Amino acid sequence: MQESLAITWRRIPERYGLLGTKCETCKTNYFPPRTVCPNCRRRGKIVKYKFSGKGKVYSFTEITAPPEGFELEAPYVLAIIELVEGPKITSQIVECKDSHVDIGAPVEMVFRKIQEDGPEGLIHYGFKFRLVK
Amino acid sequence: MRRVAIVGVGMTKFGEEWGRGFRDLIVEAGARALQDANMSGAELDALYCGTMAPGKLVGQEHSAALIADFMGLNPIPATRVEAACASGGLALRQAYMAVGSGMHDAVVVGGVEKMTDASGAQVSSALGGAGDQEWELFSGATFPGLYAFMARRHMLEYGTTEEQLAAVAVKNHANGSKNKYAQYQNEITIDTVMKSKVVASPLKVFDCAPVTDGAAVVILVPLEKAKKYNENPIEIVASAQASDTIALHDRKSLTKMRATEVASRKAYEMAKVTTKDIDIVELHDCFTIAEVIATEDLGFFNKGEGGKAAADGRTALNAEISVNTSGGLKACGHPVGATGIKQAVEVTWQLRGQADKRQVKDAEIGLTHNVGGSGATCVVHILKRA
Repeated sequence: MQESLAITWRRIPERYGLLGTKCETCKTNYFPPRTVCPNCRRRGKIVKYKFSGKGKVYSFTEITAPPEGFELEAPYVLAIIELVEGPKITSQIVECKDSHVDIGAPVEMVFRKIQEDGPEGLIHYGFKFRLVK
Repeated sequence: MRRVAIVGVGMTKFGEEWGRGFRDLIVEAGARALQDANMSGAELDALYCGTMAPGKLVGQEHSAALIADFMGLNPIPATRVEAACASGGLALRQAYMAVGSGMHDAVVVGGVEKMTDASGAQVSSALGGAGDQEWELFSGATFPGLYAFMARRHMLEYGTTEEQLAAVAVKNHANGSKNKYAQYQNEITIDTVMKSKVVASPLKVFDCAPVTDGAAVVILVPLEKAKKYNENPIEIVASAQASDTIALHDRKSLTKMRATEVASRKAYEMAKVTTKDIDIVELHDCFTIAEVIATEDLGFFNKGEGGKAAADGRTALNAEISVNTSGGLKACGHPVGATGIKQAVEVTWQLRGQADKRQVKDAEIGLTHNVGGSGATCVVHILKRA
């Protein structure tokens, strides 16, 4: 689905810089950011928290039937990455095939183009990951 | 709460129904259910409808009012219920609560989705809305991709194989071949699945439920009045629902669905039954791995044993537990909003002894299990011969 300019603009700190949140009450880190801690609710104290971009592969797949906007990218490896700070996120692993990936493999964040809204539309950027040799 | 019974059921043939639109499908299923309940329609005092994405798929919102209008049921209240692929099951639960509470006396509840008017890419984008749009779909995730994450973890943690997953599709096609309402009525082999095109590794085309048009309807009344409409009423003895994180990546485990565990345990408690009492299960096999995980989470098999159980034939028709006698989402088809209602229609037929060549012997208690998205919503109903 094409995202509006406002959605893309609003998410820039998170998508470009992995800016999430943490709850100072229970010490849980959140990415994507949450404004309510599900563990503590009203007792929670949420503050901004920047993630390092280091993690490991928790699960993965190779998408050969892509959704709208990803036709030119397919096939691509998509993974759930477990960040070293705790949370898991869904992202692509670049420059590899699924046969190169193992669950548990270390990865690091890279900054990449995610999708384009056609030749004259918006270009959306954000995080992807690459295998650490 | 009053006790509640199903007195009428009906559905359309599921499939690529090029000749019929959104309203045609639900009106046809509704007419069949009314006929089954021996009702004129004047008895009904509320309508609920589960449908996921008519706005994206056919450009129609305000769909419950449309349905009441074209079924000739104005001015009774008409309410749409949406919870992605669990929309039908949730609509059934709303109708059950409406009758059970005493607010309404005769409620018609339908589920419908018209999917083939949209392009493949539009369908994929509409269904994607069942996940986290900003943090899963934006990154290039698809629903086959999300269930592939589950499959890969299940293989790692429990040694489940692609052949065991394929066995689920083979079994569901065998059941679908005995169901005249099913989208696919052909039998397949393990080889058919294994040689089909990869969609999201390790899942292949034959691991996935298809894109389907269809509708299903049931009619509910208080149990004490049920015999007036149908000599063979089926009681809803439990209705339970639970929620989980919208994004799959936020779960502690990818190899179980907590919402299924919670909803099913509540349902067993409410119905005062255990898994041993249940004769037939219609569960949410949007992908083969989903059936494996659901048979474990519902408590029929130990964690990690669902794949082997399917491959060993323990879930086949009239085996240890008959799972997805309709053909399931895989072979009967998956018009998303209709699925939860179709499950109740199939179980009703089974409990009445009207399931033709796929009849489960002496079926007395049945369970329906309907999941939204990758498990953020789960609704379980238990049905029993009244």
